[in-house]
Amino acid sequence: MAGRVSTPLLEVQGLRKAYPGVVANDDVSFSARRGEVHALLGENGAGKSTLVKTVYGLLRPDDGRMQLDGRVYAPASPHDARQAGVAMVFQHFSLFEALDVAENVALGMEVPPPMRELATRIRDVSETYGLPLDPNRLVGTLSAGERQRVEIIRCLLQDPQVLIMDEPTSVLTPQEVAILFETLKRLRAEGKLILYISHKLEEIRALCDWATILRHGKVTGSCDPRQKSARELAETMVGSELALPAARTQDPGEVALSIAGLTAASGAAFGTELKDISLEVRRGEILGIGGVAGNGQDELLAAFSGESRSAPDSILLGDIPIGALGPNERRALGVLAAPEERLGHATAPDMSLIENAALSGRRRMGMVSRGFVNWGKARAHAERVIEQFDVRVPAAGSVARSLSGGNLQKFVIGREILQRPDVLVVNQPTWGLDAAAAAAIRQSLLDLAGQGAAVIVISQDLDELMEISTRFSALNEGRLSKPRDTAGLTLEEIGLMLGGAHDLEIAQGASRPDRAVGPGESAP
Amino acid sequence: MIRLERRPAPSRAWAWATPLLAVLATMVAGGLLFAFLGKDPLLVIRTIFWDPVLGEFAFYYRGQLLVKAGPLVLIAIGLSLGFRAGVWNIGAEGQYIMGAICGAAVGLAFYPLEARWLVFPMMVLAGGLGGFLWAMIPGILRTRFNTNEILVSLLLVYVAEQILAWMALGPLRSPDGSGFPGSRNLRHYDAAANHELIAGSGMHWGVVAAFIAVILGHVLLSRHILGFNIRLAGASPRAARFAGVNPGLLVLTCLGMSGALAGFAGLFEVAGPAGQINIDFNVGYGFTAIIVAFLGRLHPVGILLAGFLMALTYIGGEAAQATLGVPAAAIQVFQGLLLFFLLALDVLTNYRIRIDARARA
Repeated sequence: MAGRVSTPLLEVQGLRKAYPGVVANDDVSFSARRGEVHALLGENGAGKSTLVKTVYGLLRPDDGRMQLDGRVYAPASPHDARQAGVAMVFQHFSLFEALDVAENVALGMEVPPPMRELATRIRDVSETYGLPLDPNRLVGTLSAGERQRVEIIRCLLQDPQVLIMDEPTSVLTPQEVAILFETLKRLRAEGKLILYISHKLEEIRALCDWATILRHGKVTGSCDPRQKSARELAETMVGSELALPAARTQDPGEVALSIAGLTAASGAAFGTELKDISLEVRRGEILGIGGVAGNGQDELLAAFSGESRSAPDSILLGDIPIGALGPNERRALGVLAAPEERLGHATAPDMSLIENAALSGRRRMGMVSRGFVNWGKARAHAERVIEQFDVRVPAAGSVARSLSGGNLQKFVIGREILQRPDVLVVNQPTWGLDAAAAAAIRQSLLDLAGQGAAVIVISQDLDELMEISTRFSALNEGRLSKPRDTAGLTLEEIGLMLGGAHDLEIAQGASRPDRAVGPGESAP
Repeated sequence: MIRLERRPAPSRAWAWATPLLAVLATMVAGGLLFAFLGKDPLLVIRTIFWDPVLGEFAFYYRGQLLVKAGPLVLIAIGLSLGFRAGVWNIGAEGQYIMGAICGAAVGLAFYPLEARWLVFPMMVLAGGLGGFLWAMIPGILRTRFNTNEILVSLLLVYVAEQILAWMALGPLRSPDGSGFPGSRNLRHYDAAANHELIAGSGMHWGVVAAFIAVILGHVLLSRHILGFNIRLAGASPRAARFAGVNPGLLVLTCLGMSGALAGFAGLFEVAGPAGQINIDFNVGYGFTAIIVAFLGRLHPVGILLAGFLMALTYIGGEAAQATLGVPAAAIQVFQGLLLFFLLALDVLTNYRIRIDARARA
C-alpha cells in the first residue's frame, strides 16, 4: 500500500448501525490520513450516508468505535463533531434565500463576529481556496454551485481537520465541478482529510487518493482508485457475486407500450430531467431499468403513471396515444404503476388499506358510480390483495403506516396486479425488504409477465434485475441506454451502462459533445 | 426524560377525548385569568357555561344559542372541507361580509316588491355567489401564481370590511334613514326577511341551512369521491396526485365551497338577526368558525357540537360582561385559549408520551 505511510487521522473500527429491518452499517472499518481525499464509494443504500452521519455525530452507532487524531472520538451531536474538527457539507443545503451570504454564514456560527469582520474573513477564505463568492450577495440569487460554496466556506471558517462532502457534484455544472475539485486539492495540500461520498466512478478516479468501497452496509474493498479502471471499481461496488443469468427462452410478444423521444423536465427541485427517452416493452417480458438513484427514476415513473404528462403520441399504448392522459385515464386503459415511496406516494400513510385500495383502483375496479364510492367494493379489493399476497395485517381497516415495509409493499404491488394490468411499471419494488418478502414480490412480477402483461421494473438492485428481467437498460443523468437482452450481458457491459462513461465527461468538465449512442455501445 | 413517541396508528379515543380535555383546560386557565381580573372564577365559568342553558333566564338565551350557532356551523363546515384538503381559507369573515352585501343588495334592489317566492331565493343565491367569488380571488391567485391563500384570504377580510363601510355609508344607505349609516332594515321588508321559523326558538333559514350543510358535508366526506379526494389531498398530496387528483381544481373547489357557505351565512344573518348592512355588521363569526372547525375535529357532527359550544361562550360571555363586568377582550382570550389548548393536546392523537430514564448508552 504505497503512499499510505503516515498515521491515520480518522480511524473507524467495527461500526454497526441497524434500523428496523435493515443493517445500514455492518462491521465497517477504515482509516483515513491527513492530506487525503478519501472516497466512500457505493451504490445507493450501501450505507455511505449512515457512515458519515455517524462520523458527524448525527447518528450514534450500535457498536464499534472511532478515533480521531489518536484519541477516542464519540460525538454525541454535530456540535461535538465540529468542536473536534469535523465539518460536513450536505447534499441539500440549509440556507435562507432572503438573507445574504455573510448573514447565512453567521447563522451557522456559535459566536458570530461582527458582520464587517465576517465579510472580510469570507473574502479571505474564498480567495485562499479559489471559491469565488461575494459575501453581500443574496443567497436567493446564487446558483446551486455558489450555494454549495457558501456551505463549504461555512465549514472552512471553523478550520476543520476533516471535511465530509456528501455527493457534492450531484447539483453542479461541469464548470462548477472543476472549481470544486481545485478547492479540494488545495485543502488536501494543506493536510486536511476530505471524506468524499460519491457513486460516480470517474470523478473518484480523477480526485481521490484512496477509496473504501461499501456494499450492503459492509466494506467490500479498499484501493487506490487511480490504479483501478472504472470497470474494476464498478465490480467491487456492484459485487462480484452478481449472478449473471443464463440465456432465457421467451417468445417476444407484441409491443405493448412504446416511448419515443420523451423529454421531460422534473417537477421537483434537484430533480433530474428526462432526456430523449425511447423504449418499447413487449407483452410477456420484464424490462429492467437499472441505475443509481437520482438519475431520473422518479421522473420516469411519473411519466408512465400519468403524474407528469407529455405530448400525446410520445407514449403509445399499442397505437393509442396516452402521453397527455392523467393517471386514472391511463389506468382505465390498463397502464398501472407502483411508485418507489411506499408511504406518502403509493399510499396515504394515515388512511386505511380500504381507502388506499380505492386510491388506485377507483376507476378500473368500478368502485365509483355517479360520484359515490362503493366502499364495499374497495374493501373487497383490499381483502383480496391481503389474502392473495399474504399481507400480514390485523384487518383491512388498519392504516397504511402501521404495516411493516414488506407487508405494505406486498399490498402496493398486489393492489396493482389484481387490477390485471396490461402494462405495469414499478420503481424499487423490493427496496429495504427482507429476502422472503422480496422473493415473493419478484415472483408475483414474473407471474404477471407470464400471464402476458408487459412489466417494467426500475430498480437499483442489479441482482434483482439480473434475476427477473428479460431485457436490461440503465438510466444515467436522465438518459436511458438502449435496452439489451439480459442474457449474455457481461459485468463489464453492465458497469459501463450504469454510467461510468457518461460521468467521465462530467468529472473532467470536458467540452466534448454529448454522444448520442448509449454508453453500452461505446465499450472499448 | 420525557419524549413523544409516534403512535403506530392515530388513536381514536384521543381524537375524541382531546376536545373535551381542551374545554376543561380552557376552563381552568380561563378561571385563573378571571381570578387575576378580580372576579370569582367559578361564578364567571357558571355564567358562561351553565346559566345560558339551565339558568334562571335560560328561556331567553336558548333562542340566542341557535342564532349564534347557525352561522358558526355553516361557515365551519365549509372551512373544514378546505382544511381537510390542506387548503387554508382564513378569510371566511370576508366572504361572509361579501355574501351579506351581495344578498342584501339584491333584496334592496327589489324593494318594495312583495313577491317573496322570487326575492328571498334570489337573495340566497346572490349571497352564496358573493362569498364564492370573493373566495375565488385567493383561489385563482394560488393556482395561477402560487401565492399563499392564508395571507391573501386573510387580507381580503380587511378589504371586505372597507367595502362594507362604503356600502353602509354610500350605495346601500337607507334613503329613509335621515342620513344615519346603514341600509334599510330587511326585517321590516317581508319579502326579504329571514324571520324566525318558530317564535322564540331562534330557528331561522340559516340554522336550517347549517343543519343541511352538516348532513351533506358528512355524506360528501364519507361517501363521495370528491370527499375522498379532499381527504387524500390533505393526508398525502403526492399520493393524491398519484390517485389522479388535480390539485389546482381541488383548491378552487374547496375555496369555492367554503366561500359560498360563508356567503350564505352572511346573507341569512343580514336578512335575519342583524337586519341591515351596517358598519359593525360583522362580529367575527368567520374567524370563530376556524376554532369551531378544529374543535369539531373537522368532522361535520363534531362541528355541530363545537358550534353550540362556541355559541355558548359568546352568549355566556355577553352575560358575564353585562352582569359581572368581565371585559369583552377577556372573553376573546377565553375563546383563543380554547383553540390553543385544542391544538396543543391534539399532539396526543398521533403521539404518546414516554417517560424514560436517561441512562442508556
